[in-house]
Amino acid sequence: MMTDQAVVVKVGIADMNTVKAPDVIRTSGLGSCVGIILYDERRSIAGLAHIMLPDSSLSKSGPVNIAKFADTAIIELVNRLGELGASKFSLKAKIAGGAQMFQFSGTSDIMRIGPRNVEAVKKELNALNIKIYGEDVGGNSGRTIEFNPATLELTIRTVNKGTQII
Amino acid sequence: MSFTDKINSLHLDILREIGNIGAGNAATALSKLLNKKIDMKVPNVEIVSFDEMMEMAGGSDKIAAGVFLRIEGDAPGSMFFMLPLEQATNFIRDMIGDETAQLSEPPYEELPLSALQELGNILSGSYLSALSDFTNLSLYPSVPALAIDMVGAIVSYGLIELSQVSDYAIVINTALNEDEKLISETVNGHFFLLPDPDSFHTLFESLGVKL
Repeated sequence: MMTDQAVVVKVGIADMNTVKAPDVIRTSGLGSCVGIILYDERRSIAGLAHIMLPDSSLSKSGPVNIAKFADTAIIELVNRLGELGASKFSLKAKIAGGAQMFQFSGTSDIMRIGPRNVEAVKKELNALNIKIYGEDVGGNSGRTIEFNPATLELTIRTVNKGTQII
Repeated sequence: MSFTDKINSLHLDILREIGNIGAGNAATALSKLLNKKIDMKVPNVEIVSFDEMMEMAGGSDKIAAGVFLRIEGDAPGSMFFMLPLEQATNFIRDMIGDETAQLSEPPYEELPLSALQELGNILSGSYLSALSDFTNLSLYPSVPALAIDMVGAIVSYGLIELSQVSDYAIVINTALNEDEKLISETVNGHFFLLPDPDSFHTLFESLGVKL
């Protein structure tokens, strides 16, 4: 019997990519960053964005890496999935990350970046009418996540709290 | 234009010297603490993408012990002292004289964690005070925070400030290891100094070089 060897598509920090079943998509070491999975259930297509910052208005330099910010990354991912044949109206989301890795007494906004990233992601998804079907956010552990567009399972591995599937 | 475009080889040399002086001082402190000979590699200064930075620190998936602190004062920035887990364990066993101390599986005991945090404190403190003397700048370390987690999760935290202006980081990376031992048994730590983008100007200015 022939078996299709599934490929693991890896997404780096401030990066995004898309995948079709049976391949799976993964990003490692999410700390305060948020991993956003958008998927079209019927067509078994999914995309993953690994964002670092909530808002592209935070960018102080000219050309912007759109995969770095929640607001620009999500809309771009929606467009790319659309090009692959996904229906924009049937996209669903799962998100993970946004941890607070270090506790500091300082009140600087930078230190709260994890929760701010999560807020920004939710706001953007809401604006695009994309519903969140699973989330594992906050806390203070790093996460490595892998999404399988065939089973729609998001596997989340942490160092301190084991593995879970949402 | 990104600020990294303005950096030339003279600037990189200066940054290498900064790493040399800071880590040299830290190596002395580590040697005293452990009562062992400590070797220091020549610092390596590179302009790297965020993904390459993760690779330098061991790979974003790899589990490591990281001490992170913010530098406040004239030239703000972030600093990491990263140790692979086995080496962190060897190190604290030496330091607290308890051969059963472990960091490989939670829950961690309080004493090893506290020893590791103190180690980070001493090393980064000596690094910064040397840097401060050399540049005549006031640099104050925040209380260091410790995390045992994935490299990517730890390091990305120090890149946040930088990521607002650039997709590249200027990393001053110095490796320390115990002399005359097999790699697996040595204390092999990495210092990463990540000045905030606006701090490069101040750092170079303090040494009489224009950016």
